[in-house]
Amino acid sequence: MNFLERTLAGFLTALEQSLDAEDLARRQGLLQHVDPRIKVVGIAALVIAASTAHKLWVIAAIFAIALLLAVASRVSPFLLARRVWLPVLFFTGVIALPAPFVIPGRVVCTVPGLDWAATAQGLKSAAYLITRVESAATLSVLLVLSTPWNRLLKALRVLRVPVVVVAIVGMAYRYIFLLLDGAREMLQSRRSRLMGPLPGPDYRRMAAASVGVLMSRTLQLGGEVYSAMLARGFQGEVYMLDEFHTVASDWIVLGVFAALTAAAIYYGR
Amino acid sequence: MHIPDGYLSPSTCAALYGASAPFWYAALRRMKAALATRLVPLLAVMAALSFVIMMFNLPLPGGTTGHAVGVGIAAIMLGPWASILAVSIALAIQAVFFGDGGITTLGANCFNMAIVGSLVAFVVYRLISGRAPLTSSRRVLAAALAGYAAINASALCAAVEFGIQPIYFKDATGAPLYAPYPLSIAVPAMMIGHLTFAGLAELVLSGGVVAYFQRTNPGLLKNSAPVDMVVEEGRADPRGFQALRPLWIALALLLVLTPLGILAAGTAWGEWSARDFASQKVRVKIAEASRDAAPPDGAPQGLARLSALWTAPFPQYAPPFVRRPALGYLLSAMFGCGAILLVSLIAGSLATRARGRPYELS
Repeated sequence: MNFLERTLAGFLTALEQSLDAEDLARRQGLLQHVDPRIKVVGIAALVIAASTAHKLWVIAAIFAIALLLAVASRVSPFLLARRVWLPVLFFTGVIALPAPFVIPGRVVCTVPGLDWAATAQGLKSAAYLITRVESAATLSVLLVLSTPWNRLLKALRVLRVPVVVVAIVGMAYRYIFLLLDGAREMLQSRRSRLMGPLPGPDYRRMAAASVGVLMSRTLQLGGEVYSAMLARGFQGEVYMLDEFHTVASDWIVLGVFAALTAAAIYYGR
Repeated sequence: MHIPDGYLSPSTCAALYGASAPFWYAALRRMKAALATRLVPLLAVMAALSFVIMMFNLPLPGGTTGHAVGVGIAAIMLGPWASILAVSIALAIQAVFFGDGGITTLGANCFNMAIVGSLVAFVVYRLISGRAPLTSSRRVLAAALAGYAAINASALCAAVEFGIQPIYFKDATGAPLYAPYPLSIAVPAMMIGHLTFAGLAELVLSGGVVAYFQRTNPGLLKNSAPVDMVVEEGRADPRGFQALRPLWIALALLLVLTPLGILAAGTAWGEWSARDFASQKVRVKIAEASRDAAPPDGAPQGLARLSALWTAPFPQYAPPFVRRPALGYLLSAMFGCGAILLVSLIAGSLATRARGRPYELS
């Protein structure tokens, strides 16, 4: 795969992931039924609990909770494995791999032939890193996969994110796909005119020109969007409809999240 | 470069959210003054653009490929403050919606890439490009080096954040709880990759985009040119104290909080004086802090010899004429900050004289 195709594949993956998330968010599952504000608070609390835990079994328990939540929310473990577990295992695993041999401590075994001594502290440290990253990443992805993006953004208001920031992030998210599509069309049309692989220097010039064109278009787009907003009566103030309504089951879920977080923090000390 | 959740301790994450907050606030204030009601749509599309730039795959000399963060080109084209906000929003979208970078580590990622990256890129670009015309090839070189310096400064920040984790955060058995490698491993491991491949990707993109705009629309390079080279009418232009007010307030707050350092128990490992080795009480503390390894009988010769070279006016952050330690901390902090500000003002004044006219951050 050459650079053009690799970049195009990256664009398509981003679009595909976003469509997957919207599809899953519409399914009937446990987390899909919960008020997004409670999901944001509950999942953020569990991520923080996973970050603070000083015991491996507590982090593993949080990972098990994330897995149960996924199954109950009809998010396939295979999808999680493909999108989260394997990439995280590969990336963090490579980083953690030397830790058993580098971190000083009690030697537990030696690699035959190489005379490399693995320490208990090093192995434990690698396990801390991998389980912590896997648990936090699974929880974060579950939040996105179980909540339509516009509702998730509005729910961020519960964390006191200013309304203007929520509006900017929401608009940015929408325009990402417009720009991604523009970039994809540019690269696709260039690829369709190629008889063979593009040499590196030519590709670098083309990539810089594509980013330049996108930048010019973006500035123009910003002006057009602003004009459109003014035409609809925009005067600089951002208002947002908070249409969330909690029901009894939401409060039960919040209670469960609070109890799990408190237990994880207590036992993870 | 995008640090996931779990690599940094919660206290490091909180500190970096805290360190980023004044910059976000200052950037938002400046952008609001400059753009008024255009702030929302322009920042939104700029953030979307930053996101898309991060997805470009670039072939690098030597047959490898790399992704640019795009912070260098964002700072050059949009100015540092707009770049801080646009890249921060792009990083937030990546973390929340695409799982690239963590939620607890978002403050750290924004600090490293959006804030340090944007400011370093802008300063390097302005220093090297100087007063060269907008279409000068010197600007291409300046942009390339600005991107290279920005990504390496960001990587260095991330490496230091990783490297301090095993010093402060270990479990009862001594196993590091977060990023496991000390500074001696984390810094070279991060910097080798960034000084070579990742830095080259940023260098190629920043230089290439500036060269493209020089050919097609040099006017767009005005944002990062010296103020007196660009005539801009009707633009709000906060200066001096007004422009940096949030940072001054943050500095004042930190000064007031310095006496909190007294609450820390024990002695800082390795920060011992020659006299400490003679005190039985301090020797016990040294042994406790060194996993019960007994300290040498007397002060090491080198330490004893060199410690007599310079006597600090405020030893232990306590000027001799002050009896209350908290007041001593506060006075020491004020003196230290005052000295740094004085040196900065003198350096700024000398630089202004050398250049003839000050530059203005856009």
